Amino acid sequence: MAAQRAPRTNDEADHPSSPVLQFGPDKPLKLDAGTLLSPFQIAYQTYGSLNDARSNAILVCHALTGDQHVANTNPVTGKPGWWEVLIGPGRIIDTNRFFVICANVIGGCLGSTGPASTNPATGKPYGLDLPIITIRDMVRAQAMLVDHFGIEKLFCVLGGSMGGMQVLEWAASYPERVFSALPIATGARHSSQNIAFHEVGRQAVMADPDWHGGKYLEFGKRPEKGLAVARMAAHITYLSEAALHRKFGRNLQDREALTFGFDADFQIESYLRHQGMTFVDRFDANSYLYLTRAMDYFDLAADHGGRLADAFAGTKTRFCLVSFTSDWLFPTEESRSIVHALNAAGASVSFVEIETDRGHDAFLLDEPELFAAINGFIGSAARARGLSL
Amino acid sequence: MSVNRAQRVDLEVVTDLIPAKSRVLDVGSGDGVLLELLQETKQVDGRGLELSQRGVNECVARGLSVIQGDADTDLKFYADKGFDFVVLSQTLQATRNPKVVLDELLRIGNRAIVSFPNFGHWRVRFSLLIKGRMPVTKDLPYSWYDTPNIHFCTIRDFVNLCEELGATVEKATALDANGQKIGLSMPWWFWNFFGQQAVFLLRR
Repeated sequence: MAAQRAPRTNDEADHPSSPVLQFGPDKPLKLDAGTLLSPFQIAYQTYGSLNDARSNAILVCHALTGDQHVANTNPVTGKPGWWEVLIGPGRIIDTNRFFVICANVIGGCLGSTGPASTNPATGKPYGLDLPIITIRDMVRAQAMLVDHFGIEKLFCVLGGSMGGMQVLEWAASYPERVFSALPIATGARHSSQNIAFHEVGRQAVMADPDWHGGKYLEFGKRPEKGLAVARMAAHITYLSEAALHRKFGRNLQDREALTFGFDADFQIESYLRHQGMTFVDRFDANSYLYLTRAMDYFDLAADHGGRLADAFAGTKTRFCLVSFTSDWLFPTEESRSIVHALNAAGASVSFVEIETDRGHDAFLLDEPELFAAINGFIGSAARARGLSL
Repeated sequence: MSVNRAQRVDLEVVTDLIPAKSRVLDVGSGDGVLLELLQETKQVDGRGLELSQRGVNECVARGLSVIQGDADTDLKFYADKGFDFVVLSQTLQATRNPKVVLDELLRIGNRAIVSFPNFGHWRVRFSLLIKGRMPVTKDLPYSWYDTPNIHFCTIRDFVNLCEELGATVEKATALDANGQKIGLSMPWWFWNFFGQQAVFLLRR
């Protein structure tokens, strides 16, 4: 089973269903790890069309296990794009009006160079031979993609969670190229607790004998059990206790009484197992290691002498931050500290905290208040940018 | 958005004090009525700080740059002289530490504009003197036990505080119960007795 499914991910890694931009030896990607990645490629999707002034481009940055298929049917899962509730023709981010770009991050597994991609030097998948990737590396690669479109300044960069980290990095690294920035449910650094959860996930992957020291693709195997456990643990952090209780309580799964065994007696167990199992069908285990590491390493203040406000000194970018009351992975305080840094930098900033019990994942869901905030922010930014309605 | 007449006049007085294209921080921006007025009539670069989440969300949904925060604790995050004007409209009496807040306004803005209900107004005095009750009026509709307004002052009190903080009063306006400006020629005691609202333009 594992051997049969393995090639599919690998195919998307090397030959994705998306358009691909290839960068040859003349255009290496400079990595924070101190090496160059070359050659490399970026798989991306675009929606809508770029106007003559090239001023209507919106870059969407995806989260840890997201991908470039933000507003189209996902070729791997067959499900709707992960932000189709927000982005599309006539939606809040109207693709009749804006040119929307979403790229698979470097280190990902759906077509941008990552650990499942073939290493041209060996003809085998990179596995752990890929250098460690950082959030800044991802953003640097995205900037090369944006260059390719001839876009000098993005109208807006937005994303949630790890996507929000990229938004902050964009605003800090390329302030003159970001007219407006919308980081959602994110932080300027990964907290100790978040690193801890990621480490649990990574250890679960690496403890799976099918991981083979990262070379599982060469063995025609995949560490499905380990990755599923990693996903199960992580998935809990994306929800909230209140939402879990509301949805599942202590309800039993297809049975009248406890079985006095270790089957999935409870609905929550069955639900988590399902989450784990479906995840391994669409995600590469080594990518999971690389991307969680990228998040762990993210500390925007540390990159700017320890003072977050200095990351945004003199910025003209308009910011809007959003957090959710029940998000314990990136609690409101994380957003608030970014807001305070932006205040100190004299930046234009809005900040909305949304009341919901749906936890961190609320940013992916149909949250009317979130949409109202995004709509208001994008609308006023568009007026300021002189984009017609 | 419901704004009563006296409030509306207060907003107009504040708006008149601010030149076009100024950088303005509105502390206690509510649902954004003043910021919106300033953007429409004066094309200001406006920002807001608002305590209630509902108010913030409404402001942002309407395209205003507003953050959730508390005037008592969050003004310290703003840079010195980051704004041309900092406005505190009808909020001073609801702060825990009005003196610190006013000090912060003078630090953050080149000018501060403060408006507040005057507790020296004759109706207030009348209520205490004759009825022996804490005043409940059209503009101050709360009972003593549920009011958010915990630090009332009179116009005289406020002028004293300004002196203590080394602030210069560049301009002051008092509005009577009908929202009419009280003549400039009138003495302070007259303002303090008949002014229901006061608007001060300060600098330090």
